[in-house]
Amino acid sequence: MSSEILLEARDLTKHFPVTKGLIFSKKIGAVMAVDGISFTINKGETFGLVGESGCGKTTTSRLILILEKITSGTILFQGKDINEMTRDEFEHYRASVQAVFQDPYSSLSPRMKVGKIIAEPLIINGGLNAKEIEERVASLLDLVGLRKDAPVLYPHEFSGGQRQRIAIARALAPDPEIIILDEPVSALDVSIRAQIMNLLREIQKKTHNTFLLIAHDLAVVKHMSNRIGVMYLGKLVEVAESEELCSHPVHPYTQALLSAALPSHPDIVRELIILPGDVPSPLNPPSGCRFHTRCFKPRAICSQEIPPLKEVSSGHFVACHLD
Amino acid sequence: MNSNDTILAVQDLKTYFYTSRGVVKAVDGVSFELKKGETLGLVGESGCGKSITCFSIIRLVPPPAGHIVGGKVLLHGEDLLTKSEKEMTGIRGGRITMILQDPMMSLNPLFTIGEQVAEPIRFHQRLGKFEVWEKVKEMLRLVHIPSPEVRMREYPHQMSGGMRQRISGAMTLSCQPEILIADEPTTALDVTIQAQFLSLLKEIQEKAHLSMIVVTHDFGIVARICDRVAVMYAGKIVESAATRELFNNPCHPYTVALLNSLPKMEVKVDKLYSIDGQPPELHALPPGCSFAPRCPSVTGICLKEYPSQKEITADHYASCWLHG
Amino acid sequence: MLNSQAVSETEEKVKATGSSRPMKMVRGIPWTPVIILSLFLICGIFGSFITPHDPLKTDLRVVKKPPFFQQAGDVKYLLGTDNIGRDILSRIIMGAGVSLQVGFAVVVFAGALGALIALLSAYLGGWIDTILMRITDMFLSMPYLIIAIALAAVLGPSKNNVILIMGILGWAGYARVLRGEVLRMKNADFIKLAIVARAGKIRVMFQHIFPNIVNTLVVLATLQLGNVIIMESSLSFLGLGVPPPEPAWGSMVADGRVIMSMAWWVRTWPGIAILLVVMSSNLLGDWLRLRLDPKFRQL
Repeated sequence: MSSEILLEARDLTKHFPVTKGLIFSKKIGAVMAVDGISFTINKGETFGLVGESGCGKTTTSRLILILEKITSGTILFQGKDINEMTRDEFEHYRASVQAVFQDPYSSLSPRMKVGKIIAEPLIINGGLNAKEIEERVASLLDLVGLRKDAPVLYPHEFSGGQRQRIAIARALAPDPEIIILDEPVSALDVSIRAQIMNLLREIQKKTHNTFLLIAHDLAVVKHMSNRIGVMYLGKLVEVAESEELCSHPVHPYTQALLSAALPSHPDIVRELIILPGDVPSPLNPPSGCRFHTRCFKPRAICSQEIPPLKEVSSGHFVACHLD
Repeated sequence: MNSNDTILAVQDLKTYFYTSRGVVKAVDGVSFELKKGETLGLVGESGCGKSITCFSIIRLVPPPAGHIVGGKVLLHGEDLLTKSEKEMTGIRGGRITMILQDPMMSLNPLFTIGEQVAEPIRFHQRLGKFEVWEKVKEMLRLVHIPSPEVRMREYPHQMSGGMRQRISGAMTLSCQPEILIADEPTTALDVTIQAQFLSLLKEIQEKAHLSMIVVTHDFGIVARICDRVAVMYAGKIVESAATRELFNNPCHPYTVALLNSLPKMEVKVDKLYSIDGQPPELHALPPGCSFAPRCPSVTGICLKEYPSQKEITADHYASCWLHG
Repeated sequence: MLNSQAVSETEEKVKATGSSRPMKMVRGIPWTPVIILSLFLICGIFGSFITPHDPLKTDLRVVKKPPFFQQAGDVKYLLGTDNIGRDILSRIIMGAGVSLQVGFAVVVFAGALGALIALLSAYLGGWIDTILMRITDMFLSMPYLIIAIALAAVLGPSKNNVILIMGILGWAGYARVLRGEVLRMKNADFIKLAIVARAGKIRVMFQHIFPNIVNTLVVLATLQLGNVIIMESSLSFLGLGVPPPEPAWGSMVADGRVIMSMAWWVRTWPGIAILLVVMSSNLLGDWLRLRLDPKFRQL
């Protein structure tokens, strides 16, 4: 794992406009799904993004995958700004960023044979003849641990865990630089999760892929990630190495989140930090620090100024006025 | 708080589903006891039969495919399976209540919160109109819903998932039930909300002297709030013990494998232990022990005969040929 | 329910009924409609080989012969003859070919056109969707039969014109229903992932979405087949459909109108043929609907 930056988000912002009116729709507000976040992902690492519903982590992944248009800010890939890429460079970016989604039952085209599903990125990219494609599909199936006769079968003939393997094989097909893993195991049975997590780590060791892992299960994120970013209401509140984040969380929200994690043994008792109230509406986020309405150590400045993401120790960034 | 009274005893419960693919033995000889004030966790993966066990206890197994074909469910010694439907409606919501997984589905979008919390009160108790509303407010306060007088008039869609789940809780508690069954109550909730809800459950349990059965696939929940655990696989309980004992000394290979396959915040491992194979097809179970095809310690007899339950240590039971 | 006798009784009862009811209804193939439709299909394809007589040949010596089971009837002319001596059975067999040819051609044409418009409209969205849907609404609101009659009167009676007219009038129903399906599928994960794999719009529409709406299309087509045959029969009855001497059931019914009181068989047998085919295709379509998609909402 090098410290070469593969992907960088700069002030990435996505607003979903809320309109009113049937014929002449007027914009009356916007959902600030992602509000000016900046982070880097290093080549070969697994970067985990955690947060609760509405924090913007899924929208962030959609922005990186160009499934949604960026409102403002930008993404730099291998140093190049995607807004300034040539058409070829942009196509190369698209091919280098692949994804595995949460639901194994809706991730695969129901009426397409597995072989065709996995081969599709290769067919679209071009450059390989039919025999080469067949060989590559076979080697991918071997890599993810699926049976050799899989290419002629349909997705419904496979279990959830096996379908997720197919999805992983398809994501690996175009030899991407980075794979976005959006809750890759949360829809699977507990005994299958370990299989898939082990598989992903094995693949990473072999192919040196970079992963962006989005998950709500803190234990899963900590197990798989080198570094973790914590999001709240569209903002990145803390970024640090996994071990460091979990043992020395600085941001009050991170502390609350970690205190709420379920123990792995009944003797482990954590002091639960209760956050009063509900998560505010992303239509109308609080002024200043988004978290100040539920924070247990607020100061006057918190409601006035948005705290910037600052490095408080080597590699450990926090967006909080408390230092 | 923990007395030695057993208030619920399930004995050899069997619930089968008759489908076009064959007989699915969803619950196949399940026995356990629930003591007063105790929280029992029913743990297992999807299809193991934990939810159907609970639905069988309150006799809500969906016909025509599902039938309770054997066993006893003794509530203070009375067998619920022999009661008439009329008697059961009195028991459901009154003495035994249930919270389900999806807070969106548990609440009727067309009625206010107040109406819905009032409904079980009106059904099970004879109270005047004013007293009903006072009770509703009391219940909402019990589950920490702020400004209950205002919230009472609101509709479910105006509330967050966590609040809806708490309102479900309020509905179930309004008639002072003895037993609360929670079926995956926090699966749809965020991490922090989940933690708060579990604390709330514990708090209510203490205040109302409730006994709880918590159905879950998450050992974290078990570790957090359960006193006893029963691990289910393919319709049977394979191991049961006090929580601490189970975590410290798991005996059945399935329990061992499952606990080892979970990533833990406190311990860093390189590779997680993973169980081979897939969960079994319930209409075509192998002879002998259902876990044998995936068991790392399988022996000859495992493939032929299902192991009977043995007491390993005090109050710690397991069904495995490795232990006698 | 709790003792072994009750268990085995239940098991017996359940096995006898073939398990829970909804499953039973769906599992068994509806043999009657399938056999009837197969018979007519065979007539349609191999008609010329199995007609006992030449359907076009007139024989004035055997005019208005009643069916074989009536007095004066003849086993050689099983269902009787019409007013110019043509064998009814042979004409029905040939007519099957005509009706089914027209039927299939129309559903294929209308179905394909409707599916294409649904795909473009729902997937591309925006003003394309708005325009195409307004056009669809226009076609849906037209009085089908009246316009068909008008067009047939203008274009003149011929089999191809019939197919053309009904195809042009019929696609809108498919488009509406299929558009709903496509809209639902548009946001599915597998579509998003196809886009991530850089699949272009055409690829997504035809390789990902279309195969998944084929089921609905087939069900719609089967249900429509009956309607088309009735429509074609109506046009032929009015003299605007398949022109004589080619036997079409509709015109056979029309022919028999004049001599109904004396020769009931001339129009009754073709009428029964229409009834059987339409009913069978409706029943088959219904069964297909349940079988292929139990959560089928649109129909």
